[in-house]
Amino acid sequence: MIEVKNLVKRYGSHTAVDHLSFTVEKGQIYGFLGPNGAGKSTTMNIMTGYLGATEGEVLIDGHDILEEPEKAKACIGYLPEIPPLYTDMKVGEYLSFVAELKNIERSQRKEQIEKVLNMTRLKDVENRLIRNLSKGYRQRVGLAQAIIGFPDIIILDEPTVGLDPKQIIEIRELIKELAKEHTVILSSHILAEISAVCDHIMIISNGKLIASDTPENLEKQMSDAGTLYLEVRADKATTQTMLSEIEGLGTWSIEEKEGSCVATIAEGKKADPREELFYACAEKKCPILMMQYKKASLEDVFLELTEAAKKEAEKAKNSRHFIGHGKKKEESREEAKQDESSL
Amino acid sequence: MKAVYKRELKSYFDSMIGYIFIAFLVAMNGIYFLFYNLLNGYPYYSYVLGAMEFIILMAIPVLTMKCLSDERRSKTDQLLLTSPVSLPKVILGKYLAMETVFAIPIAIFCLCPLIIKANGTAYLREDFASIFAFFMMGSVFVAIGMFISSLTESQIIAAVGTFGVVLVIYLWSGISSMLPDFLTDNFITKFLPDYTVTGILENFTSYHLFDVGGLIFYLSLIFLFLFFTIQSVQKRRWS
Repeated sequence: MIEVKNLVKRYGSHTAVDHLSFTVEKGQIYGFLGPNGAGKSTTMNIMTGYLGATEGEVLIDGHDILEEPEKAKACIGYLPEIPPLYTDMKVGEYLSFVAELKNIERSQRKEQIEKVLNMTRLKDVENRLIRNLSKGYRQRVGLAQAIIGFPDIIILDEPTVGLDPKQIIEIRELIKELAKEHTVILSSHILAEISAVCDHIMIISNGKLIASDTPENLEKQMSDAGTLYLEVRADKATTQTMLSEIEGLGTWSIEEKEGSCVATIAEGKKADPREELFYACAEKKCPILMMQYKKASLEDVFLELTEAAKKEAEKAKNSRHFIGHGKKKEESREEAKQDESSL
Repeated sequence: MKAVYKRELKSYFDSMIGYIFIAFLVAMNGIYFLFYNLLNGYPYYSYVLGAMEFIILMAIPVLTMKCLSDERRSKTDQLLLTSPVSLPKVILGKYLAMETVFAIPIAIFCLCPLIIKANGTAYLREDFASIFAFFMMGSVFVAIGMFISSLTESQIIAAVGTFGVVLVIYLWSGISSMLPDFLTDNFITKFLPDYTVTGILENFTSYHLFDVGGLIFYLSLIFLFLFFTIQSVQKRRWS
């Protein structure tokens, strides 16, 4: 369906997309996940032919986006990050303009517009100026624009931004509905959204594809990296000896609190050491105040992967660039971190 | 192309720009026509067009300023560039829409020689040829304005920039006569004063010559600036 080979996009010395390659199969929902500035929108813009790539190629249904742009673009419906709306038009007018732009036959236009209006629940605002619509409605007009003509591939860049929870659910339903007959690619920096709708997740960080799998597999990959939190009423030395007596634990660290110790134990060879820990504590007569086992969620996978990729990229960059440049990178990194913490 | 053309044309009349542009040109034309032809009895309407030259310098930038700059600012260029319509067609659609708006006051101008005719002797051939040349010169300015609009995101910069460029073109024969000798000796300045954009219109309006070479020059300029516009939009995708 879509083949992306070795895509590179450079803006001066900044590399927005770095040797990205993937293929997209028919009839599935793909999710691009990545922190802000990871290169999701740039990749989508290149795939739809809005931007030119520095290197690499994009094949849509076998048509190169640069060599046969008209044929390739005819297979795609695209909702960019900011919906491309002419605010001086009415919703109905705008959609009929888009329909004509997409070479939908005159006889089918009316029917198509009607269908799309119903799907995106825009029927009530058909005769209102886009300028006077709220953000949520505008987003839906943008979505209607992308799906009109029902192209094989529908690419949505952050489709649920600015929508209220009820609308988000509606849009998700709509995307699932569309995926029955079309290939849908959507991007988001919100994990819950991606895991709710997508069959396949691609995690992008610093312009690189760092993971590409189904949500279940991604979670499975990380499930042996669960963490156990244990709080016992004992001093640090006692806890230390107690833990060292149990076999099959991963690395641990101990933090002393008022009268108790909190041990953070990474999962090791033993699948579930909770029982043994209980008996060990009971033997030493140290009451357990809290014991909690935390499995890695998709969120942890995401954070871990993106953090690791970022650190690597930084290392490579710092060794190449001047100190002044490094400083800038650090700033942007801090910004990115803030963004992530708001996830 | 048709879709872009229709939308663009409609947008000029959904906003005030189209009406103001037409009203301004028609009103100014009316004033000159009243004084030169109706009150002073001069039988050539083409004389009015010589004066209108300066007026369209101010009007054209208003018409062209939002053409591509606004598209870029509101990100609607993403829709056009990702739709299955080739870029030259999009640009041509937009250009033809502006030409259509510009043709409306020109059509109204065509009534003026007929008014003269109804009241006495008129030189219809000369006058209509002049109106045609005037339209072609305006079309050159529209193409230049569209190119400048494609360079920026700001309508104001596009308008001021276009006005600056067409003003230099308008004043070119004056400027080139004032250049020091060592500059006028070279090829460029020797060639240009004979073929200034405004000079061609003058051939029509003042000397009543049907300057075919001049019209070809206009057409070449229009083609050149349409080509530049396409290249400037293309370039942005690659930088």
